[in-house]
Amino acid sequence: MKPKFGVVVFPGSNCDHDAYYALRKIMNVDVTFLWHKENDLQDTNVIILPGGFSYGDYLRCGAIARFSPIMNSVVDFANKGGIVIGICNGFQVLLEAGLLPGVMIKNKSLKFVCKDIYLTVENKKTVFTSDINFEKPFKVPIAHGEGNYFADDETLKELLDNDQIVFKYSSQDGRIDDESNPNGSTMNIAGIINRNGNVLGMMPHPERACDPVLGKSDGKMFFESILKNLN
Amino acid sequence: MFKAKVIIKRRPSILDPQGIAVEKGAFHLGLTNIKETRIGKFIEFTVDTKDKMAAEKEVTEYCNKLLANPIMEDFEFTLENL
Repeated sequence: MKPKFGVVVFPGSNCDHDAYYALRKIMNVDVTFLWHKENDLQDTNVIILPGGFSYGDYLRCGAIARFSPIMNSVVDFANKGGIVIGICNGFQVLLEAGLLPGVMIKNKSLKFVCKDIYLTVENKKTVFTSDINFEKPFKVPIAHGEGNYFADDETLKELLDNDQIVFKYSSQDGRIDDESNPNGSTMNIAGIINRNGNVLGMMPHPERACDPVLGKSDGKMFFESILKNLN
Repeated sequence: MFKAKVIIKRRPSILDPQGIAVEKGAFHLGLTNIKETRIGKFIEFTVDTKDKMAAEKEVTEYCNKLLANPIMEDFEFTLENL
C-alpha cells in the first residue's frame, strides 16, 4: 500500500506545517492537508491531528475541535481500523473525542514547558514503535501547558492490562521518576494507544525532530516505523 | 425563555494545580484560614423555550457533551424564568 498521510488543519493548529514538512521533505511520502470544515479524507491512510491551539483551546483543550465536520470522518476512519495519530493538541482532541481514555490537566508547574525530553518505548509491538531503536531513550521536544495526563484507577489498570501505554517520559539514561516527568503526568505517561492499537496520542513532537538541521532526528524512527508497517 | 447559570467544578479526586497556586497567594497575603481553593467555571446563557423540562434536558446535554468533561468535572445549573 502506497501510504498517503493527511494532516488535519483546525483554526489554531500550528504544527500542521511541521508535520507536512517532515513527511514530505524528510520522509518523502505523499501528504495532504485536510481542512476542518471538510469531511472528505481524500483517500489518506494515516491521519495526523497536529499540535496547536485548536479553536483557541476555549473551554478545554480540544473540546471544540472534536465537533468539526472532519472529526466525524476521522472517528469513522479510526473505528474501522484506520491509523490516527494525535500529537500534542491532537492528543487532547482524541481524548475529548473519546477515541482515547483519560484527560489532560494543567502541567503541575502551571508553566508552559518547551524543551527536549527523553522517551522510553513501553510497548514495542505497535505499528508506531516496532522500528524504533529502543535500546536507549529517544530525544524529542515537548511544548505544552496542559499535558498532565490523568485517568482514574480503573482506566489506568485497563491501560496497563492491555499494554496501551506506549511512551513514558524518562531521563537520558532511562530512569522513569518524578525528576524526569516534565508535567506531572500519571506514571510519566507521554503516549497511549487505543485497545485496537490503531489510534495513538502523544504529547511530544516527533515531527519536530526529523530534520537533522534542527539538531535532532530521533523522531524519524517513529515515522519510519509507521511506513515500514504500512508496506 | 430561561436564563441558565452553570457552575462547573473539578471533581474532588482531581488535582487542581491552579487552586493550589492561587491559595499560595492567599497565604502570602496573610490569609491563613483559606483552605481547599478550587478553580471552576461559571457560564451563563439563555434557553429559548417556555417548557422548563425541555430547557433542563437541553442544558443537561450541553453540559454533558460540551461544557463539562464528565471524566474530570461535575456541573450544576439553575434556570430562571425571564
